[in-house]
Amino acid sequence: MTTRIDNKFAQLKTEGRAAFVSYIMSGDPDMDTSLAILKGLPSAGADIIELGMCFTDPMADGVAIQLAAQRALKSGQTLPKTLEMVQEFRKDDADTPLILMGYYNPIYIFGVDRFLAAAKAAGVDGLIVVDLPPEEDDELCIPANKVGMNFIRLATPTTDEARLPAVLSNTSGFVYYVSITGITGAASANQKNVEDAVARLKRFTDLPIAVGFGINTPEQVRDIGSVADASVVGSAIVRQIENNLDEAGRPKPGLVDAVLNFTKTLSQGVR
Amino acid sequence: MSTPNSFKTGPDERGLFGIFGGRFVAETLMPLILDLEREWGAAKPDPAFWEEFNMLARDYVGRPSPLYLAERLTEELGGAKIYFKRDELNHTGAHKINNCLGQILLARRMGKTRIIAETGAGQHGVATATVCALFGLPCTVYMGATDVERQAPNVFRMRLLGAEIVPVTSGSGTLKDAMNEALRDWVTNVEDTFYIIGTAAGPHPYPAMVRDFQSVIGTEAKEQIMEREGRLPDSLVACIGGGSNALGLFHPFLDDTDVRIIGVEAGGLGLDGEDHAASLTGGLPGVLHGNRTYLLQDPDGQIIEGHSISAGLDYPGIGPEHSWLRDIGRVEYVYAKDDEALEAFQLCCRTEGIIPALEPAHALAHVAKIAPELPKDHIMIMNMCGRGDKDIFTVAKHLGFDMSDVMGETTQ
Ligand SMILES: Cc1ncc(COP(=O)(O)O)c(C=O)c1O
Repeated sequence: MTTRIDNKFAQLKTEGRAAFVSYIMSGDPDMDTSLAILKGLPSAGADIIELGMCFTDPMADGVAIQLAAQRALKSGQTLPKTLEMVQEFRKDDADTPLILMGYYNPIYIFGVDRFLAAAKAAGVDGLIVVDLPPEEDDELCIPANKVGMNFIRLATPTTDEARLPAVLSNTSGFVYYVSITGITGAASANQKNVEDAVARLKRFTDLPIAVGFGINTPEQVRDIGSVADASVVGSAIVRQIENNLDEAGRPKPGLVDAVLNFTKTLSQGVR
Repeated sequence: MSTPNSFKTGPDERGLFGIFGGRFVAETLMPLILDLEREWGAAKPDPAFWEEFNMLARDYVGRPSPLYLAERLTEELGGAKIYFKRDELNHTGAHKINNCLGQILLARRMGKTRIIAETGAGQHGVATATVCALFGLPCTVYMGATDVERQAPNVFRMRLLGAEIVPVTSGSGTLKDAMNEALRDWVTNVEDTFYIIGTAAGPHPYPAMVRDFQSVIGTEAKEQIMEREGRLPDSLVACIGGGSNALGLFHPFLDDTDVRIIGVEAGGLGLDGEDHAASLTGGLPGVLHGNRTYLLQDPDGQIIEGHSISAGLDYPGIGPEHSWLRDIGRVEYVYAKDDEALEAFQLCCRTEGIIPALEPAHALAHVAKIAPELPKDHIMIMNMCGRGDKDIFTVAKHLGFDMSDVMGETTQ
């Protein structure tokens, strides 16, 4: 089964460039603003979109994304509302792959089968669930594969070669290489280490390799894009939202444009 | 649900107690968790490991802790014969040190050179800082900013012991957020760092490992009661935050099915509102901090902050083995509210000359509820898992006692 994600990587291959993947938190700072940003991302150069699902306890995220989740929760964001946002987005965009990223509990509480059906209907292409390693594949990964939803796995610097086959099993779409041992938005990736890691992963899989965590500038997007199939930026974009809020936490006029312009600059790195 | 032949065989190789437990962690941590499981698997059957543990438990912690017949309390309540398992007499004043001792020995065995921990009341933080001082290892303790304020004496103790305290302001600044922050540290410093989790929760193998270290409580209690009374107790009672002192007492008795076992959660202001920490009575199964267990959460699966007068009980989750023991019906879970714990706290001071921690005061509140109705030959063991020195400021505040006016001339 080919998916929007497969098609996108195939298309970029013919163009001879890497993908630029952008992350925002759904509902940050509120649903309307967040939807406006989401809709603008493809024209701002996002080849693939990761949409965060807020959770009270994002244990793999740094401060920027933690605060984004808190803003979203405060504005009343829920998993059903996130799915509504995807549905709205799909009304005018049939091609840009969209991946939901987050933690397992809200999905578990929503109900796995019900969630997969709703996500599929809304136009979600893939899932990244941080706290579901291969050891817990029965929970969501296998059911997701059954309905043709890409389950994208994280590989990290601590994933050794003995573990790689397990990490690469049951996965599809692409492999997300976490370039640092750490949380989102913390340290910067080291180019040489990333290059070696991508080469190692390529020996084990034919799937495209996206690299994320610690990529903040157009130059880094370019450098990582020169050795991997995709560069992912999250915290740096989310910080632009934070920087464009007034004292009461409401979006200042021009927030959406500021975020999209920043995203556009980043996306030039792969073009 | 069918009854197993033994209640003591869990978890299975995936870290599951029934549907509870597991390893819900980020990939970065997964290799470490597997490593820890291997090392613990090797240490557990190694007599040399336990020899060192037992030696330190005896000479440094002061084990075995006494089993004490609380006669005046028994008389006052007028029913069951009440024994206290006195883990409040341990070095550092609570049961937490049993687990810290075990885990730091394992950390050393694994060649780890840096220790991190989360703490709520500060008891686990103090116990961790203590064993780090004992072995000369650097120690970082994550503590919710709210807890730093309400547990100031323990913050100072940890600092005296050489630990670095990191106040956590993310989320609501209490125990669960401290645990998130400790996990973030661990993900970042995977090579050299050992995370000493303070309760029988977290990803496998922590729940089983912490239980095994704390089981020294129940193993001793069983021997002591046999010696004293020539028979097993009729009931056991312990308070539950994450569930480690309770499991420590309960586990060796799980297959003695005539022993009635009761866990007491923190009922806070009552279960009608959100201000409580009774995950088993007021929560639903979910996934947090590496395991599936009962959690306080809203209909969207967002975690709700627990509330309790006791900083050691306000965790919104509970160790997965308790969730299983509840569903399978082997252990009863009840709750005691803030005011009932305060009442029991004072009762214990007055009748026994023991100032209990607010955590076991919850267990005692339940004892006070049921003991009067029970026959005089009913033998009950309650885990007195911590002493109350750390809580006197909180209690003074709730009783309207002005600490600057120690003779109490203007109040009462
Ligand atoms: C004295 C005491 N009892 C109980 C607890 C709760 O933990 P657990 O349920 O793991 O025993 C704490 C936690 O800080 C404590 O300090």
